[in-house]
Amino acid sequence: MTKDRSSGDPSGIDRSRRHVLKAATAIAAVTLAPGWQLIAAAEAKAPGEPVTDKNRWGILVDTTKMDKATCDVAVDACNSEHGLTKSGHPGQDPQWIRRLDIRDPQTGAAHSLPMMCQHCQYPPCADVCPTGASFRRIDGIVLVDKHICIGCRYCMLACPYKARSFAYRDIEDPKPHSPRGRGTVQSCTMCVHRVDVGGIPACVEACNDVAPGSMIFGDLKDPESEIAKRVSEVVVKRVRADLGTDPGVLYLGV
Amino acid sequence: MIHALRLLCAVFLALAVSAMNAPPLGAEDGRVPLPNLAKAAKGDACVEPAEVMRREHMDFLKIERDRTMYLGIRDGKYSLNGCIECHATPDPEDPEVRTVEFFCDECHNYAAVRTDCWSCHNPRLVEETPGNAARLPGHSDAGTLIGQLKDHLAKGAPTP
Ligand code: HEC
Ligand code: HEC
Ligand code: HEC
Repeated sequence: MTKDRSSGDPSGIDRSRRHVLKAATAIAAVTLAPGWQLIAAAEAKAPGEPVTDKNRWGILVDTTKMDKATCDVAVDACNSEHGLTKSGHPGQDPQWIRRLDIRDPQTGAAHSLPMMCQHCQYPPCADVCPTGASFRRIDGIVLVDKHICIGCRYCMLACPYKARSFAYRDIEDPKPHSPRGRGTVQSCTMCVHRVDVGGIPACVEACNDVAPGSMIFGDLKDPESEIAKRVSEVVVKRVRADLGTDPGVLYLGV
Repeated sequence: MIHALRLLCAVFLALAVSAMNAPPLGAEDGRVPLPNLAKAAKGDACVEPAEVMRREHMDFLKIERDRTMYLGIRDGKYSLNGCIECHATPDPEDPEVRTVEFFCDECHNYAAVRTDCWSCHNPRLVEETPGNAARLPGHSDAGTLIGQLKDHLAKGAPTP
């Protein structure tokens, strides 16, 4: 059972063919009415408008422009945006973004990247959720509806990216824009509270301050967006592409 | 059934609240003291007439919750952060902080209603005065952090 609330591709069968078909219609739309399409796609949602599947939000992480310190900037920006403080029990502290240090054992080449919720098109966390709390919002952002999360943590086991954390303890003084509470699962929200009012995620903002171009946030479905242009020029990496989750977070240089 | 209960509850409350100006029925009558709701800190009127709010605020909140969660609508009239913005009143123990304890909780305690909202949503607000910028939630701390990191990077960070 899938909890995808947009495309409703329940089977997973014939996915590649559907993609080809979708791509074909998208191109047709662009060429048939270019002016209209561009305007429609480039317009940001007003705060009072519902999200639509005309957008798919994504982040392109250019690891060639990132070092350990830049990754830590992302982590710290996330922690302070969402009030992820240390509880004194390190094993239980939430991690919405974590720094991953990787090394090619044959050449010794090493670098770092930020790992977080990959905002999958086909999120395994949502598939296993017994209450429907884990869901993929129609514009591609994968969230936990904490109001109906029962804290079973199936999603944490299902996530191939180890991107989710559990709130083991009461949370002191949560941020008003990012409520979190004991007994529920939490993860990167792609900063929905900012995106919904036309902003960009805190990590992207912070990283671009210290290392311009290291993270690009934008609408993958808008052919005029910086991210869409970039991913059409360079070959990007989808982490564990073999699983067919189709992440919205894409990497360069890994 | 639930509706009938709710109606009863609401009628009872409406009576109770309207009777508030009369001398309160004290504990000497062996009755629970009436709630003493804090006056809203901001705004002249609620988002709906008070009689409507007393009866239906829980439904408004639940609808708003789902509209924000699933549809990303951020300017809803019945936003919980909106309620807090108007209804949080100064905490006598910490004057920089406003809290909805003396409004929402005051009434709920009286009516034996238990909500879990405050286990995630912050019922306390830090007033925006220049003196306590450091306590403000949001981007202020991120800003200083980034500034520090920038300086650090400019000096050439030692790669740990
Ligand atoms: C613009 C400010 C404002 C906002 C926003 C607001 N209120 Fe009110 N509310 C008021 C005022 C003013 C009153 C009138 C009573 C008073 O003076 O305290 C009131 C009255 C009420 C009452 C009736 C209290 C009584 O006298 O019995 C309830 C219940 C209530 N509000 C709940 C809410 C809830 C729940 C929300 C969020 C959905 C909310 N309010 C949002 C300003 C506001
Ligand atoms: C387990 C944590 C949790 C609990 C408990 C909880 N919420 Fe939420 N609530 C959230 C999260 C997370 C959001 C989404 C915030 C966002 O996307 O900006 C949210 C958003 C909302 C919103 C929309 C945002 C706003 O300010 O209007 C409303 C309304 C809301 N909740 C109402 C409630 C009410 C009423 C209760 C208590 C009955 C409650 N919530 C309990 C976590 C929680
Ligand atoms: C005038 C008294 C009164 C005030 C003030 C009040 N409430 Fe309530 N509230 C009630 C009553 C009574 C119920 C229970 C109604 C029922 O059970 O049908 C209730 C129920 C609720 C519920 C649903 C609880 C559940 O388990 O279904 C929520 C959520 C809620 N209130 C939020 C708030 C918030 C937030 C505020 C402050 C902004 C507030 N209330 C202020 C009287 C009040």
